[in-house]
Amino acid sequence: MTSWLAYLVAAWLLVVGLYGVVTSHHLVHTVVCVSIAQSSTYVLLLGIGYQNGATAPIFGATTPPGTAVVDPVVQALSLTDIVVSATVTALLLALAIQVHRRHGTVDPDELHSLRG
Amino acid sequence: MTRRTRLLVFAVGGLGLLVVLVIAMAGIPGFGGGLHPYRDRAVAAGLAQRTPNVVASVNFDLRGLDTFGEELILLASVLGAATLLRTTRTERRREPPAPRSLPSTVLAGYLMLPVTLVLGLDVVVHGHLTPGGGFQGGVVLATGLHLLYVAGSYPALRRLRPLDWYEYGEAAGSGLFALTGLAGVVAGTGLLSNLLPHGSFGSLLSTGTVPLLNVAVGIGVGAGVVVLLAAFLEAEVATR
Repeated sequence: MTSWLAYLVAAWLLVVGLYGVVTSHHLVHTVVCVSIAQSSTYVLLLGIGYQNGATAPIFGATTPPGTAVVDPVVQALSLTDIVVSATVTALLLALAIQVHRRHGTVDPDELHSLRG
Repeated sequence: MTRRTRLLVFAVGGLGLLVVLVIAMAGIPGFGGGLHPYRDRAVAAGLAQRTPNVVASVNFDLRGLDTFGEELILLASVLGAATLLRTTRTERRREPPAPRSLPSTVLAGYLMLPVTLVLGLDVVVHGHLTPGGGFQGGVVLATGLHLLYVAGSYPALRRLRPLDWYEYGEAAGSGLFALTGLAGVVAGTGLLSNLLPHGSFGSLLSTGTVPLLNVAVGIGVGAGVVVLLAAFLEAEVATR
């Protein structure tokens, strides 16, 4: 009945990550918090695909076809998710460096006006 | 908006989000249960294509178009980051200062470099048989190269890293992926269809186009990550 409580880890990670973004004092910290919020999706996806006692969805000599395996679709989605997360992190960090060059600060609260 | 009001707004929104999430999660089939309709269909389809690693089959065969989009996202992000980080007019390039590393770190860096590169290649070419694939192996290859930086030899890293060639490599990886996909259109079986012979289950040259696409992605990701890290390193180490 309470077996879905495991998914709450994902909900917690998302909200904690967003809290970090809202209260951040440093743009690199903000980017890390965005990554944490994103990582909640991996936990949720892999949690949905998990089955008790099942093994990895890779067949071979020790895992003949027909063995109980966990869901490969959510694992593939997690891989896509991680790649997108890494690219977003890279772009955001590049933007943080650019903000530091232009404004001389990395505190989001001190960035008031747009400058060309 | 002051920090106080911002926190208040977040408290209301975050709590609401949490409530909605919990209601939704209570409706998901229980954790660890046996009900996985997508798993059943994907495993059957992957085994029909004689692919031992069903995750690779999903990524490079059953939904290859999505992975091509993913590859292009990576390409666009590397391009964007490199553009944002290029040396501005007010900054001047400089010779990076002489690095200081512990002798043990230097030794470990040089020892691990060949091991990591071989491991990366292994992860890429066996992506259809064992855990791994082009994305994972490409990242291992690219970060392995940067052990030279950890070992304190930025000039050696620069020599081993003619950036032009990595930029070509990144484009070539995406191009190889696109060409493999278009081959299906030319052959009349559809975009990114698995048109090569599937071979025998578990052998290196099997599962049709999956290893080919893995190698394409491995080249693209490896080169892309090298270009990306180079942009960050140049911005930090070689400018003032």
